Amino acid sequence: MSAATLVPDRTTTPAPFPLVRHSAALAGRALKKMRRTPEQFFDVTLQPIIFIVVFVYLFGGAIAGSTHDYLQFVLPGLMAQTVLFSTIAIGVNLNTDIKEGVFDRFRSLPIPRSAPLVGAVAAEGVRYATSIAVTLGFGYVIGYRATTNVWSVLAGCALVLLVAWALCWIAVFLGMVLRESGSVQGIGFIALFPLTFGSSMFVDPETMPGWLQAWVNINPVTHLTDAVRGLFTGGAESGDILITLGMAGAITAVFAPLAVRAYRRKA
Amino acid sequence: MTGIAIETHELVKQFGDKRAVDGIDLVVPEGGVYGFLGPNGAGKTTTIQILATLMRPDGGTASVFGHDVVREADEVRSMVSLTGQYSSVDEDLTGRENLQLLGRVLGYSRADARTRCDDLLEAFGLTDAATKQVKRYSGGMRRRLDIAASIVVTPRLLFLDEPTTGLDPRSRKQVWDIVRALTARGTTVLLTTQYLDEADQLAERIAVIDTGRIIAEGTSSALKSSVGSGALHVHLIDPGDRPRAIDILTRAFGDEVFPGSDPADVTGRVDDRSKVPAALATLAADGVELAGFSYGQPTLDEVFLALTGHTAEETLEAGDSTQNDPEGAVA
Repeated sequence: MSAATLVPDRTTTPAPFPLVRHSAALAGRALKKMRRTPEQFFDVTLQPIIFIVVFVYLFGGAIAGSTHDYLQFVLPGLMAQTVLFSTIAIGVNLNTDIKEGVFDRFRSLPIPRSAPLVGAVAAEGVRYATSIAVTLGFGYVIGYRATTNVWSVLAGCALVLLVAWALCWIAVFLGMVLRESGSVQGIGFIALFPLTFGSSMFVDPETMPGWLQAWVNINPVTHLTDAVRGLFTGGAESGDILITLGMAGAITAVFAPLAVRAYRRKA
Repeated sequence: MTGIAIETHELVKQFGDKRAVDGIDLVVPEGGVYGFLGPNGAGKTTTIQILATLMRPDGGTASVFGHDVVREADEVRSMVSLTGQYSSVDEDLTGRENLQLLGRVLGYSRADARTRCDDLLEAFGLTDAATKQVKRYSGGMRRRLDIAASIVVTPRLLFLDEPTTGLDPRSRKQVWDIVRALTARGTTVLLTTQYLDEADQLAERIAVIDTGRIIAEGTSSALKSSVGSGALHVHLIDPGDRPRAIDILTRAFGDEVFPGSDPADVTGRVDDRSKVPAALATLAADGVELAGFSYGQPTLDEVFLALTGHTAEETLEAGDSTQNDPEGAVA
């Protein structure tokens, strides 16, 4: 050990840095951890493929008369569904992560207390983007074709990504307030089932009984699905897009501060 | 510069019906090492967590370099660093990645963070392990990395919570060297320990803490003179011999001979070490057979015995969990 190298480096003692910078550094940590544990990508790579195969080839013929027609109909819905389900993971992970000493270290640093959460949420974008790309890519392999243009398709993908980012704040919040990671998973799934299946994702709402249609029509996921479907294969309504954006904004505005507050209280 | 690093007044932290910190008044001068000596559950960790802004006190005030730990937590955080009892590095990342992450978070440029982290790895003897994941580190390596992580930006005040607990003697010595090197460069260190010899080796001043209160405070030599310069421990083969052994040792050393917590143990406070061989010879001559004996510095138990009249019983550290058995170390 050479004591000389322990010379303090006081001149670099930082001035306050913005949240963006701290979050970016902490997002880098989350990405490195993802790379070390590739099983974190199962739900965003294998799951979309399994869902596409099951829905298109198992139910497609029965629901739409032809698997290809159903693929054209259901792919945007499956894209939204798999991404929405993959938002639960961050709540589960943070719930476990926060019990480890490294979060004590983060808390004792002169950085905004929200930075570790914002960093983790930002890094999740990689997983969501993977899920979107795998869904679209595999869809293309088995015959899905978007009929609009590249920008429109990208806008649809961006919309799904945005909603996922918003929704994962709910998972983060649950991860902060619930005691066990298992309950985060459980509550997340229970909440997502009516939101995804009770929407226009898998079947035309016209075929449903009235009471269910009433729910489907107010379900924000219906608007997301319709918006993405329109952006991919034509007929997008600005109303759906605006409602979806508004919903994403509202969820973030409510749950991000709640999650950060719950995180601070954990101290 | 000799200012005041830490000042607390009537500091209180309550967990359920247990007062983990029960009115601590503390003044820690800037510079050097200040030792916090006490058994598990005494309130050391809780106090440190309050001072490092990880926990809010329920009563009283505490300030670090004049900044209140509750109202000016951000200022305090920019001056202090904490190495807790449990590893606070990321197991999945490598040693280098851990330090670089902190360097980036703390405002170094990418290149500076790299240089600083290579310097630290070198200084802490971790260069060879730089690209290994921390989960593959030994206890000593982990502890060194943990301390390195605390000085990525050199703090004015460093809290080390039991930095050598569970380490082998060689790793322990390395940690001591690190602490000395840090204080030589002007960092104030507040160190908690269960070992009197560690506090004695490193600290200029020592506070002895028990059941959330400070029961003695002073320089290491003042503390030891109140406790005795040394102690003879004997471990008997037959616990039934204990009364006789106590009798013999009392005659040899004076009043301060105590039965230990093990029924076969006797400890005597020794002021004049030349009396030790004669005392052992007397025991042998009287047929008191010994399984072992040692002569050395008083242990924490003896410090406690001398200061409080009771031994330091092990309990869970109150700061670790709010669900623990809220039973203090009481006689």
